[in-house]
Amino acid sequence: MTSHDQSLQLRDQVLAALAAAETLHIRGSGSKAFLREDAAPPASRILSVSDHTGVTGYEPSELVITVRAGTPLRQVETVLAEHGQMLAFEPPGFAAGASMGGTLACGLSGPRRPYTGSARDFMLGCRLLNGQGQILSFGGQVIKNVAGFDITRLMAGSYGTLGVLLEVSLKVLPRPEAERTLVFDLAADTVLARMSDWSRGAWPLSALAYDGERVLMRLSGAEAALKASHRHLGGEVLAEADRFWQQWREQELPWFHDPAVSLWRLSLAPASPPPELPGHWHLDWGGALRWLKTTAPAERIFAETARLGGHARCFRSAVRQPRQPPLPAPLAALQQRLRTAFDPHGVFQPD
Amino acid sequence: MPEALPPEVLKRLTACLPADALLTSVEEMTPYECDGFSPYRRLPRAVVLPHNEQQVQAVLRICHAAGIAVVARGAGTGLSGGALPVETGIVLSLARLNRIVAIDPLNRTARVQPGVRNLAISTAAQPYGLYYAPDPSSQLACTIGGNVAENSGGVHCLKYGLTTHNLLELRWISMAGDRMTVGGSGLDGPGYDLMALLTGSEGLLGVIVEVVVRLLPTPPCARALLASFDRIETAGAAVAGIIAAGIVPAGLELMDNASIRATEAFVQAGYPVEAAAILICELDGRVEQVDADCGRVERLLTQLGATEVRQSASEAERKRFWAGRKAAFPAVGRITPDYYCMDGTIPRHRLAEVLARIATLAAEHGLAVANVFHAGDGNLHPLILFDANQPGQLEQAEALGARILQTCIEAGGSITGEHGVGVEKIDAMCLQFGPDELSQFHAVKRAFDPDGLLNPGKAVPSLNRCAEFGAMHVHANTALHPGLEHF
Ligand SMILES: Cc1cc2nc3c(=O)[nH]c(=O)nc-3n(C[C@H](O)[C@H](O)[C@H](O)COP(=O)(O)OP(=O)(O)OC[C@H]3O[C@@H](n4cnc5c(N)ncnc54)[C@H](O)[C@@H]3O)c2cc1C
Repeated sequence: MTSHDQSLQLRDQVLAALAAAETLHIRGSGSKAFLREDAAPPASRILSVSDHTGVTGYEPSELVITVRAGTPLRQVETVLAEHGQMLAFEPPGFAAGASMGGTLACGLSGPRRPYTGSARDFMLGCRLLNGQGQILSFGGQVIKNVAGFDITRLMAGSYGTLGVLLEVSLKVLPRPEAERTLVFDLAADTVLARMSDWSRGAWPLSALAYDGERVLMRLSGAEAALKASHRHLGGEVLAEADRFWQQWREQELPWFHDPAVSLWRLSLAPASPPPELPGHWHLDWGGALRWLKTTAPAERIFAETARLGGHARCFRSAVRQPRQPPLPAPLAALQQRLRTAFDPHGVFQPD
Repeated sequence: MPEALPPEVLKRLTACLPADALLTSVEEMTPYECDGFSPYRRLPRAVVLPHNEQQVQAVLRICHAAGIAVVARGAGTGLSGGALPVETGIVLSLARLNRIVAIDPLNRTARVQPGVRNLAISTAAQPYGLYYAPDPSSQLACTIGGNVAENSGGVHCLKYGLTTHNLLELRWISMAGDRMTVGGSGLDGPGYDLMALLTGSEGLLGVIVEVVVRLLPTPPCARALLASFDRIETAGAAVAGIIAAGIVPAGLELMDNASIRATEAFVQAGYPVEAAAILICELDGRVEQVDADCGRVERLLTQLGATEVRQSASEAERKRFWAGRKAAFPAVGRITPDYYCMDGTIPRHRLAEVLARIATLAAEHGLAVANVFHAGDGNLHPLILFDANQPGQLEQAEALGARILQTCIEAGGSITGEHGVGVEKIDAMCLQFGPDELSQFHAVKRAFDPDGLLNPGKAVPSLNRCAEFGAMHVHANTALHPGLEHF
């Protein structure tokens, strides 16, 4: 595996941009550029982290790995798999080259998320290059740490607008001894209720999804526990389940790609009733994450999701439209002040 | 006695609060002069006990306008002086906002006010087969607001996470009186993850007025193993061995001989008093899973040097195994006039080495130390035994505590795993962070509270203070895994 420490070069680029009063767009591999709201920035304004690579610390017995932000996600997963471990938030990469830093900056998590935790839940520490060109170190390599504000977790989902993640320490988990995916054919209008029942049942769930036709339930744990659970729950065993979950989380299934309609991501209470919106649905996270393919206008989606106490974001947009609803005024002002706290001169712009 | 509040401020507070919600006399305010970290005591200018969110908001607006500092307070069980009053301000108690607003069994959540006690949530959720996982030992008394502000942990955090991993939504009020909601009914919300920042912020960023927590289905089966060791280092290494074997127990606690003896004398939990250390390892889940895990862990413990391993045969026995652990702090309190509870974390594979180092340091300071702690998390709680009435012993205890924290940093750990910085560890923060990191913390604080009125002087030291303290920032990273292959 390659290992390059580019911290100082990256810092110099930030200092140069500061001196020239120019902006920078932080980029890992560019695999999630489809989430971008604005036109792509000019190449000269890109701050590429992709050469800043390498695993700088991995103590399998400690369940902690420390990697430079440009390290490809796939490589991190390979290293962990060699020791029977995994990134338990099952992050989607959305392309072969996806970097670890970009993955965390987008804060996306896969199907295991409700049962093991999200990207930010697994972040223990980071080295960060802020908008003043300072390299800062927060958190650490230990599981529990409440010294200082939790700036590490703040970085998850900040989309490169607060600073450059240089290095992150992540908690990892042992791979389950065994896994088994069960398939259930259910009438569409019974799916949410069944998911809710299963979720209250203390089953060894590690994924619970609905692909528009069938419910897919993954169980993880000791073989004996899976067998016993299967006996109680019923359902057919899905063959090649690993491949299915891989395609599911990476959105490689054709359903997710339809250039004529937008793909929306709705974060809702899992048992919340189906939103009154036209379109086609896939469910993940036991109902707490809902994918909607629709041509409905953004405002309508925002209003309906807000009515249900949730949050909508346009994931793949077929038209130019707002991707997220505006935040309430006091929150928006606070976020702006927070951004200034990390990047007083506004060097970092979203890529 | 601090200066009384200006008359116009008192008038405005009186106007917005019920008569029983404003305390200004010494007698009434004395119960609020300290939290669980009792060496430090101080009276505030007033104590307010609002009954609802509107009153909290009004108090904050009045104080903001008048430039008066505000220290939020839950149950006052904090162990680092986070709720210690400040001379320039008032104490804002959230204890009366103590309603469980709703339990939502279908979505497995509880919506609660900040003054609700931690254990009350699980009690209310129990009829639905659900519970709230983070379980600090103080759970009978401490409030969920305080838990959020400290990012509290507990015995079951190894598997189920800290407070920060079990929150869905927070409603909070800024010092300026703006009410905001972060998170949401789903598993993530819009914008920056302010919930992460607010959690563990020790009352410096905002006042939490409503919390939605995630509830979990109660595991159908739980069983505990009690393993004895003839050397504490062997027990420490066994902890690392269990984690390395890919098992994540629900809880994994270590007690040394001093705490075993103190506990046995107090609650007769049936612990082996001759053992140098015991480990309590809890496994939970469906019965088939627990059977499989118990078998594996039992074999592992024996391989890793345990002299005896007992498995709880009944729920009563499991509770007995835990009864001792849960009573350990008060039990130690019975054998010493005073004790000082430290709270540092280290990587688990260095447990054996650090425990040995603590014993050496304790001998150097002429004091005894009892260890009872969340070993699975690498979260040490050395209890330094001393007698404050013996001249010099308090100073020795504090000096030993500081060296233990420095040892934690050098081992690649942290000065606090769950009790927070408060006033207690403000100087130790200068060891863990350099001036640039501290400046970044201050910048974050200013974004939330530009006038610095929320819990001033706590959690994050000023750069001047660190300069006066004169300690060198310990670069843990340079000392970390020097012999480890880097690839
Ligand atoms: C015997 C004993 C055992 C303990 N065991 C554990 C343990 O196992 N694990 C653990 O983590 N801790 C433990 N603690 C420490 C303590 O109980 C926790 O820190 C707890 O979360 C504090 O809650 P509280 O309601 O007492 O908060 P307080 O002590 O009143 O306040 C703590 C901090 O939170 C702030 N605060 C309180 N409420 C709010 C609010 N609504 N909004 C904003 N800020 C607020 C205060 O300003 C202060 O900084 C223990 C303490 C004792 C005495």
